[in-house]
Amino acid sequence: MLKIEGLRAEIEGKEILKGIDLEVPTGEIHAIMGPNGSGKSTLSYVLSGREGYEITGGSATFNGQDLLAMEPEERAATGLFLAFQYPVELPGVGNANFLRTALNAQRRAKGESELDAMQFLKLARERMRALSMPEDMLKRGVNVGFSGGEKKRNEVLQMALLKPSLAILDETDSGLDIDALKIVADGVNAMRGPDFSSLVITHYQRLLDYIVPDRVHVLMQGRIVQSGGPELAKQLEASGYASVEAA
Amino acid sequence: MPAVTETIDTVAAVTSGTYKYGFETEIEMEFAPKGLNEDIVRFISAKKNEPDWLLAWRLKAFAMWKTMEEPHWPAVSYPQIDYQDAYYYAAPVKKQGPRSLDEVDPELLRTYEKLGIPLKEQAILAGVEGAGESPAEGRMPIAVDAVFDSVSVATSYKERLGKEGIIFCSISEAVQEHPELVRQYLGSVVPQGDNFFAALNSAVFTDGSFVYIPKGVRCPMELSTYFRINAKSTGQFERTLIIADEGATVSYLEGCTAPMRDENQLHAAVVELVALDDASIKYSTVQNWYPGDENGVGGIYNFVTKRGACRGKRSKISWTQVETGSSITWKYPSCILQGDDSVGEFYSVAITNNRQQADTGTKMIHIGRNTRSTIVSKGISAGKGQNTYRGLVKILPKASGARNFTQCDSLLIGDQCGAHTVPYIENRCISAKVEHEATTSRIAEDQLFYCRQRGLSEEDAVGLIVNGFCREVLKELPMEFAVEAQKLLQISLEGSVG
Repeated sequence: MLKIEGLRAEIEGKEILKGIDLEVPTGEIHAIMGPNGSGKSTLSYVLSGREGYEITGGSATFNGQDLLAMEPEERAATGLFLAFQYPVELPGVGNANFLRTALNAQRRAKGESELDAMQFLKLARERMRALSMPEDMLKRGVNVGFSGGEKKRNEVLQMALLKPSLAILDETDSGLDIDALKIVADGVNAMRGPDFSSLVITHYQRLLDYIVPDRVHVLMQGRIVQSGGPELAKQLEASGYASVEAA
Repeated sequence: MPAVTETIDTVAAVTSGTYKYGFETEIEMEFAPKGLNEDIVRFISAKKNEPDWLLAWRLKAFAMWKTMEEPHWPAVSYPQIDYQDAYYYAAPVKKQGPRSLDEVDPELLRTYEKLGIPLKEQAILAGVEGAGESPAEGRMPIAVDAVFDSVSVATSYKERLGKEGIIFCSISEAVQEHPELVRQYLGSVVPQGDNFFAALNSAVFTDGSFVYIPKGVRCPMELSTYFRINAKSTGQFERTLIIADEGATVSYLEGCTAPMRDENQLHAAVVELVALDDASIKYSTVQNWYPGDENGVGGIYNFVTKRGACRGKRSKISWTQVETGSSITWKYPSCILQGDDSVGEFYSVAITNNRQQADTGTKMIHIGRNTRSTIVSKGISAGKGQNTYRGLVKILPKASGARNFTQCDSLLIGDQCGAHTVPYIENRCISAKVEHEATTSRIAEDQLFYCRQRGLSEEDAVGLIVNGFCREVLKELPMEFAVEAQKLLQISLEGSVG
């Protein structure tokens, strides 16, 4: 379970998160919605340990472990995965090499044996077929020259290979056409199960038609201002964030 | 290439002062007196039982050297070198050829062991009679000419190569056995008076490798030399000469490790390559000499002259270098593209970390028609390292249709290092085409974070990104070298982030 209590964080002296309280029980998918600038991406970066954010108060634990005390790679090893809003390009680094290095780093951290190149390729091809991804994406540089949709699919492929227990999707739906959106959603839905939880961060309700969340939270000006069931997303879509603000 | 493999696995910890090759082998040594004068040159020549013409050649070089000044144009700085305060000749004392490893000086074997050379090769290297008839099982055959300080201790696979008519031996041996070839080609690419360090080398060179590939022969294995600098305060002056006759092909690997030192050591090698019609020479270097500690103390001064002459039509010379070691690197492997349709290539990765300085690049001199050259240089600076690419593309009036493509990329890690690009282009031919691209970038915070979020440690992430940056060069290396080079890059950058 992901448990966030009174989490405050600032960047360059400006407070962005102003006391977040949130619980995502194991096995559930929660959506966080909010207008631009409400702190959605900051929340995902603070949870995954990106530099440049100062935690000024509160706590965040995952299955009882203090996330905020860990290095980013340690958080990854505990099962936390962040699907980036803007996946980063790594010129010259082959996608297959990157995926295998990442997978083996996590397997090592868990005390599992590393996969050799053949074992990895077999696994990767299997997962790629499920995501309707062309095999040549393995040979290309990480995200280099990928279209927006390909980058997002690559994120989902990484998730499918690393099998996280907590996936944070940071506006994974932005810039996706409907087909790509479905593939991404299928990828997340395939992970669903009693040991998987997810925090789906999105600006629009559209993605939530395909990934139906257990709970929806509205983040505004650094605080969770409203929580509810999946129907809350539909309400927001109809009446906009202004209605929440007024409430 | 087990020696180099081991090397890389353990060179690590350079910054913490535990450089694995920081050991010294205590073997009986024979020294010439300290200092440099005409008598020393005569001493070296006499010791090596050289013919008169070579002594005269050395003396001429020495006379030229005395009138020359150290070059001051490279962007490197170091304390004044006292050339009179060094030994110019040191050789392991010769014993009768051992018949088994038991008879080999145990100190020497221990050195090989620390280098990670397997027994079979140790036997070959130590000159055990009968060793090396067949290559060790399951391994790529690689012929090794080990330069242990100044004298080649032994040369392997000679017989097998001999069947093809290939000559692969120490240059001293070549002087005795094949004087006509040495006399014809020595200094024909890098003349004695070419530059200060080449002149010094010509006067006092003690050993090095000699390769001759006869007409139409494709050398069946990679040829390799491990260089080691051993005796304290002995400058190393290697001389390498490689000749590929018409239609011949050869790939040569050079790899280096050196023991730790408190005082700087001068290394001024000369490498000459000659490719005749349709011949092809590929020369690969992975250089990881002791770079000095984090304060820049110790480490090798690597002032090297490497040059290849594409004399024949359609000949090709390709230099690939991965330079991670030495405190100062001053090196410009070059090609003289004389034959029509000849091809020159230079692929380079140079890393400077801590206080290392590198001023390296190439010269491509286009003389013949339709000559082509490619330059891909990747400079990586970390810590307080300074990295300069310096290159010349010169196209002479008769080189119609000549083409050059140059790409210089610099990668900065941290904010105390420097990268500099100094390209010179002299084009005197209207139909020639010269392209130059240059970039400078940093390892971006978002790249590091992306990798770490996927579970990679910060150092692994840097290694991965740097290897990606160098990929175009690394893929030019022979396979067994490429894997080592990748690890070496990562090790060289340890402690450069965070």
